[in-house]
Amino acid sequence: MEYGFTIAAYAVAAVLFILSLGGLSGQESAKRAVWYGIVGMAIAVLATLIGPGQGLGIASIILIGLGAAVGYQLATKVQMTQMPELVAIMHSLVGLAAVFVGFNADIMINNLDSLFVANNLVLGATEADGFTAIGLPKEIYEGLSSFGQLIAKKSQVEINILKVELVLGIWIGAVTFTGSVIAYGKLAGKVDSAATKLPGGHLLNAGAAGLSLIFTIMYLGGSGSWTLVLLTLLALFIGYHLIMGIGGADMPVVVSMLNSYSGWAAAAIGFSLGNDLLIVVGALVGSSGAILSYIMCKAMNRSFVSVILGGFGGPAGEQMAVEGEQIAIEADGVAATLNEADSVIIIPGYGMAVAQAQQGVAELVRKLRAQGKTVRFAIHPVAGRLPGHMNVLLAEAKVPYDIVMEMDEINEDFPETDVAIVIGSNDIVNPAAQDDPNSPIAGMPVLECWKAKQVFVSKRGQGTGYSGIENPLFFKENTRMFYGDAKASLDKLLPMID
Amino acid sequence: MKIGTPKEIFEGEARVAMTPASAKDLQKLGHECVIEAGAGAAAGFSDADYKEAGVTVVKTAAALWKAADVVAKVRVPDAAEMKRLREGQTLISFFSPVADEAKMQAAAKKGATVIAMEMIPRISRAQKMDALSSMANIAGYRAVIEAGNNFGRFFTGQITAAGKVPPAKVLVVGAGVAGLAAIGTSTSLGAITYAFDVRPEVAEQVESMGAEFVYLDFEEEQQDGSASGGYASVSSPEFREAQLAKFRELAPDVDIVITTALIPNREAPELWTEDMVKSMKPGSVIVDLAAEKGGNCKLTVADEKIVTDNGVTIIGYTDFPSRMGTQASNLYATNIRHLMTDLTPEKDGVINHDMEDDVIRGATIAHAKEVTFPPPPPKVAAIAAAPKKEAPKELTAEEKRAQELAEFKTQTRNQVGLLAIGAALVLAVGLVAPASFMQHFIVFLLSVFIGFQVIWGVAHSLHTPLMAVTNAISSIIILGALIQIGSSSLLITLLAALAIFMASVNIFGGFLVTRRMLAMFQKS
Repeated sequence: MEYGFTIAAYAVAAVLFILSLGGLSGQESAKRAVWYGIVGMAIAVLATLIGPGQGLGIASIILIGLGAAVGYQLATKVQMTQMPELVAIMHSLVGLAAVFVGFNADIMINNLDSLFVANNLVLGATEADGFTAIGLPKEIYEGLSSFGQLIAKKSQVEINILKVELVLGIWIGAVTFTGSVIAYGKLAGKVDSAATKLPGGHLLNAGAAGLSLIFTIMYLGGSGSWTLVLLTLLALFIGYHLIMGIGGADMPVVVSMLNSYSGWAAAAIGFSLGNDLLIVVGALVGSSGAILSYIMCKAMNRSFVSVILGGFGGPAGEQMAVEGEQIAIEADGVAATLNEADSVIIIPGYGMAVAQAQQGVAELVRKLRAQGKTVRFAIHPVAGRLPGHMNVLLAEAKVPYDIVMEMDEINEDFPETDVAIVIGSNDIVNPAAQDDPNSPIAGMPVLECWKAKQVFVSKRGQGTGYSGIENPLFFKENTRMFYGDAKASLDKLLPMID
Repeated sequence: MKIGTPKEIFEGEARVAMTPASAKDLQKLGHECVIEAGAGAAAGFSDADYKEAGVTVVKTAAALWKAADVVAKVRVPDAAEMKRLREGQTLISFFSPVADEAKMQAAAKKGATVIAMEMIPRISRAQKMDALSSMANIAGYRAVIEAGNNFGRFFTGQITAAGKVPPAKVLVVGAGVAGLAAIGTSTSLGAITYAFDVRPEVAEQVESMGAEFVYLDFEEEQQDGSASGGYASVSSPEFREAQLAKFRELAPDVDIVITTALIPNREAPELWTEDMVKSMKPGSVIVDLAAEKGGNCKLTVADEKIVTDNGVTIIGYTDFPSRMGTQASNLYATNIRHLMTDLTPEKDGVINHDMEDDVIRGATIAHAKEVTFPPPPPKVAAIAAAPKKEAPKELTAEEKRAQELAEFKTQTRNQVGLLAIGAALVLAVGLVAPASFMQHFIVFLLSVFIGFQVIWGVAHSLHTPLMAVTNAISSIIILGALIQIGSSSLLITLLAALAIFMASVNIFGGFLVTRRMLAMFQKS
């Protein structure tokens, strides 16, 4: 097969990928969009497999098959509540793959170098015009893999650029890898979700980054592959330390940021391999992830840079002390009020996901709606641990999506609402964001549920939320605390709703 | 203290200010109760009932006025009663400080304390003593009943074997307590009910009672009733015109009109004019609850029922609460009892006339030889003033254009600035990098650009699927590994093989999960 065909196939795939991302703008077109993505990926892989310079096609297909089996298992077995973890851990795979591919490029350069030396030639040496590279003799050249042939044709400048690209690919890939693993650990509860930093904090990161730069320069200067290995280790450390320093509440941004990183890594690798499709798709993923993170930071009123560089800053002054006490209520009290109410707004949060309570919530909504009550959901842009996390869970429980409202759509309606039910959310309903300029979340837009006539908060205990901030909502006069695991609480509540 | 209630002298007045039930509660406050013989007869309470409740029954009014420290009654005292009022005595009754100013002066001169039930401020805390509201509630209900009594048709529409009956159309003007009670009664009888009020904020209450609010096509900023303590105030002539025009339009259609429009301490506004009455169908009924203050309809004769030449019945009774004596007495006596509770905070039978208390101060019109009307404004606003809605400032066309132009300019400046910086950077790279790199670089830049453009449009709820899709797509890195796997070097093959495996896990996992997620989005 000719290059021309492969490139044409790549063009088709690239268009399909763009359509796939663009199609996600609507609920209905999204279903089509996934198929565009799948077909695009299939075309890209097939075209590469039958394209020039591909060896070991059978082995590749077997490997893909194996990967497919594992991927299928993961994707079908995973609980919808564990989605964020799954996405995070899959990012790490992309990051690691980028590291491997990058190393391969380096090994190939070294191999070629020795091959050139064996033929009394110098890799990257140019003809008298200073531009055209002096290649290998034809018979040796044809024995090389397509990637080898590509490098063999490069001049010294081009090889240096190639090295920069692969360093970038490896570095970003390595950061993505450890970062994603830590993000996975935090989301799965295997790593403490609080923001922790080694002594030295940001300086340590900056030092590691500086050191990486030095190693890059040494590597470009021809110091050998060991610099690359050290550089990778440094990047792995940065990925680990960076994400460890970001609190659980910021995980949605982190996951989307890592998503962006994995795209940039792919793009960098695309440059080194001279593969346009890799560049296109890498750039698409990279920019989309970056924008998504930006949108989310804006929704939380957080500085993008400060989130990425690690967690909540310390509060500037004394935080307001919270006065009053939390008043508990039992299921029968909640049920009585709900039976009386005409309009109800439910605010789900990560606690609902953790307790797997979305089915119970959906059942509650069905019962209340059957009585002719207005029941709606208010979704904060950063509810849960992924953007749109709550929408996905509610959709899983077959809650019709036209009663699921965004914050801006519903925030004004709270004063006319009889009951607001907060299920496992905390920071996104924290009035301190509006009242207390010294609160770490000051200025973050929040759902003003306390304006409803009555607020019920379903919560495991009296502890603070993910961000570790006291929530004055729980102490308000019209707030009643419905303690207990969200799922167990709903199970108690449901039979009492008539 | 001795609390006494005389028999109402006013002719036809059936109400009584103390019931056996309220007397029991008053005694719990440490008071003694006295009543004139026969005071409760018209309301259905016999002297025996009172005796059983521990009330002393005295034979004459004179004896009662002499015995009682506090006299609680319904109607404002007449001249004879005023004479009996003595220094140090407290009088609780309806007592209009404007209409009965002379009596108020006289009472003050005597050194008696007068608490006027009309003057109880309209704050939440005082609602339990608000006799105006409790009486208005009865009046509203009774107005509909009286109207029905004089109306020759059903309220509900019916289709029967004997023919079709259209539903009655009822218009209630003024949606205060009486108006709302009338609306509730009328709708529950099955009539089609319309309601009007000058305070647009009551539209919601009207609709909650099941009536249709009549809106005017009127531009003027309508008054906020909360400024006048929840009562209506005088409206502008233009507004009045618009209002009358609307009524004229409705008059031929409606069967029953109930007017309840009253403005405190003023004559009732004329809302239902003679020509409207003339345009109504024969057999229609007008109940004018404002008859005592001159009536919302000028044809109304107070305390009488008249029939006009075109067969419209106009009811001008002023004694609706009294027509339901038992009910009215129960409510009124309870109002008085609540007031006494506030006056005896220690529940020891000693009255503490606290002039610092908003409610007591507001209702007291004569105290310690002085006229204490009008009261200072209460410390607690009756109703929280509705926050002024910030109307979006209407910009003139020119301002708008100027604004748009300025916006356009800043946008252009920003965009051009960014483009210039971007172009300079690309050019700088181009100066150093070889052409082969630049080709890829352009592809890269365009892709980033497309990525930015496409993602802004993605729905918020689809961000998680978006992330899953981009995650799946980012495993395009598999191409790199596929190209490398055919190498002669074992190490490269091994690493590439691992990379292929990992990337394909991601491809399949990512797409499958996305599909699972999207399959769940469904509309009901």
